[in-house]
Amino acid sequence: MKHEELLHRCFRCGWCKLPVNFMDINCPSYLKYRFETYSPGGRLWLLRAWLTGDLDASDRFKEVLFSCATCKNCVEACGIPGIKDHLVDMIIAAREEIVNTGKLPPSIRNYLTEIYNRGNPFKKPQSERGDWAKGLDVPVYNGQEYLFYAGDVGSFDESGIKMTRAVASLFLNAGISFGILGENETSDGNDVNALGEKALSEHLAVNNIDQFTKRGIARIITLSPHAFNAMKNAYPLLGGKFEVYHYTQMLNKIIKDKLPLGSFKARVTYHDPCYLGRWNGVYLEPRNILQSVPGLDYMEMGRNMNSALCCGGGGGNYFSDMLGSGQDSSARRRVREAEEYGAEVVAVACPICKKMLEDAVKDEGLENQMRVMDVAQIVIEAKRKQA
Amino acid sequence: MEKIYNELKDIVGAEFVSNQPEELFIYSRDMGTMLPAAPDFVVMPDSTEEVQKIVLLANREGVPVVPMGGGLVLSGLTRALKGGMVMDLKRMNRILEVNETSRYALVEAGTSQGILQAYLKRHHPGLKHSIPDAPPIATVGGNVLIHGSGHLSQIGGFHSEMLNGMEAVLPTGEIVKTGSCSASPYWFSRAPLPDLSGLFIGWAGTTGIVTKLSIKLFPAHPYNDARVFITGDIELIADVLHRLTGTQLTEDITAGVSCIIGRVQIFPMVIINYGADTKEELTWKRNLIRASVKKYIDDKTGGFAPLPPASRADLLKAPNPQPTQVADEKKGGGFEYVGSIMPIELFAGAYNIGVEISKKFGIDNLMAARIIGGHCMMFSYTYTFNRAIDADVDLARNALHETNNAVLKLGGIPWKAEAPAQKEIIKHMDPNTFQLMNRLRSVLDPKGIMNPGNWEVG
Repeated sequence: MKHEELLHRCFRCGWCKLPVNFMDINCPSYLKYRFETYSPGGRLWLLRAWLTGDLDASDRFKEVLFSCATCKNCVEACGIPGIKDHLVDMIIAAREEIVNTGKLPPSIRNYLTEIYNRGNPFKKPQSERGDWAKGLDVPVYNGQEYLFYAGDVGSFDESGIKMTRAVASLFLNAGISFGILGENETSDGNDVNALGEKALSEHLAVNNIDQFTKRGIARIITLSPHAFNAMKNAYPLLGGKFEVYHYTQMLNKIIKDKLPLGSFKARVTYHDPCYLGRWNGVYLEPRNILQSVPGLDYMEMGRNMNSALCCGGGGGNYFSDMLGSGQDSSARRRVREAEEYGAEVVAVACPICKKMLEDAVKDEGLENQMRVMDVAQIVIEAKRKQA
Repeated sequence: MEKIYNELKDIVGAEFVSNQPEELFIYSRDMGTMLPAAPDFVVMPDSTEEVQKIVLLANREGVPVVPMGGGLVLSGLTRALKGGMVMDLKRMNRILEVNETSRYALVEAGTSQGILQAYLKRHHPGLKHSIPDAPPIATVGGNVLIHGSGHLSQIGGFHSEMLNGMEAVLPTGEIVKTGSCSASPYWFSRAPLPDLSGLFIGWAGTTGIVTKLSIKLFPAHPYNDARVFITGDIELIADVLHRLTGTQLTEDITAGVSCIIGRVQIFPMVIINYGADTKEELTWKRNLIRASVKKYIDDKTGGFAPLPPASRADLLKAPNPQPTQVADEKKGGGFEYVGSIMPIELFAGAYNIGVEISKKFGIDNLMAARIIGGHCMMFSYTYTFNRAIDADVDLARNALHETNNAVLKLGGIPWKAEAPAQKEIIKHMDPNTFQLMNRLRSVLDPKGIMNPGNWEVG
């Protein structure tokens, strides 16, 4: 197993369970399950025991392994410099070993099979991939300055589609030169990689790189931080070197000059997506956008930026749903935290976070006092007021 | 066993009890050198009532119960030496009350040090509690019950001395309160009542399960500073510590000295932390601290080292990641230490023990001491090991064992001692004292279900 030589260096001290500001438990799987086994250190010790033959790869072992949200809170908080940067790499490497045995938890097997067969996990035909853009006059990519990449969740999930349309509308309104791939778009491979299906993730990446290159695409704006991460960090290793932006980075550039806004009067907090924040260090742009909106009362939750609590949807868990249910699911704890701080709106910048937190708001019975809105949706509402 | 497992599920819910190999593996060991001892179950209660039900079940069935907080003692105290269940208390982590005026916090026993610190910073920024040199996930309850110490131990002594009272579940299932809370709605003090809290402190979980506790809080000063006093003469350290503690101006005093086989021996240094409400007060304290050891500065046998801002900031960190980073010293993920409680005047003798054992075993020995009030110290001998090499773990275990014995011979007492070291302590203990311990336990725990294998002769 890759990184096997590092496993025994985890002391299991537990710094990784908390955020760097210690406010509360911040490892999504440990938060939900609470056994030491589901903490980052416990997981690494189990991996070592599996490799030494002291434990079998049981169903529970696989649940422990695949319930990691790859949120990188552990990487941020770990006190051992010699291993901290590779904590998530070790988990992904172990998943790769399990993938190679062919004996995966059913929900993960189904997700990977759908991606393999259809190019998306939503069991929808590829021909419907661009349907999100109907009625918006969004052009198909044909040499424009930017490719706008919607991704799986932004193309097929109802909540994600609203977000994709909001972003595209703003770009159209601001006169950004962009196009989409529509039915020619395929999965970015980020979560496939996080689940350890290296061959499939590379296949997806290489296909995307080929297509982007053939079409002359040099600059990409992604809806999802997951796609942003794959294209920014994984694709270059496979020869795909593009200028990659998350949509909040682009929106931040244009909001003052190209998008005159009315007011948006609400108390708003921002939930950092892990693949934008901890994975790629993009913390300020979404906040700048929100703080540029007139009337918006911005506030931070206690766990913010590199201390943010993951929604629980990362690392493939959005699809495998190992972290989604229960009182102490990350998403439910997150909306309870937002409620505690008095937020009326939780702003997000990731379609997975959006869906996870929307479901959590319903589960918590907070629909009448709290909305989950994408940053672009907030800007659009403010823009409508201006008009 | 199946019957007990099903009853545990009824009490805490199926998701919070396990008899699976994965949990039994992890909960059979801690990070130190003690050999694994597996429980039959791991159970995670969420309330005192659930703890009570579990204990009643265990008592009825004669099943051992091993209470566990952070599981970070390193000396194997939360291993199930005779099977039974490990009771992980970390779901009981609610902060129930903070009394600003009388400066105390009432918390559930599984509340972590880090979460309490963050809570106080947010809601009561003028207050803080004493943080041990443990990771922030270490529990407040666990650390009090092992007689821990921390970054305010110059002011408040051992963390067990900062305890105002507790709620505990006896091995026979009764819920009891100790301290002021037993006769008042306030959790302000252990005095003036008979001090029953002592029935649960230092017993390694053999007398009951503490579920709530009140601890003292202290002012969180806006201005803080750290100074480092260095001397080349180990024999002077005890007097330096005596003088510094005599000022009664500091929050924390620690002393460090390393014995690295085949490498340079680091000069012993004393780290002094203190705080104040104004810059002027800080300067005043700084001057008085300096004056207390002026004799050694004047005769050039010691002096304060200049500290770059980053180093000063590191010294003021609480909790501090540096003690944990020792685990990676050999790129091996392991260390354990003998923490020995002893009088301050034994500093040089304690150091000499460390040097001898280091030479004998050919093992590096990181030595440090935290001074508790002005009365004693926790002198620690830390041995790192590579977890992947059995012989290296064995070497560290043997060095630890010999250190425990040497400490006892010197007049110190191993702290949170491993089960074998407990037996050595008992050998040195007044027989009547040990007999009293046994009589108390036989009353409290007639079936001997609480963490058996600890504080036992055989």
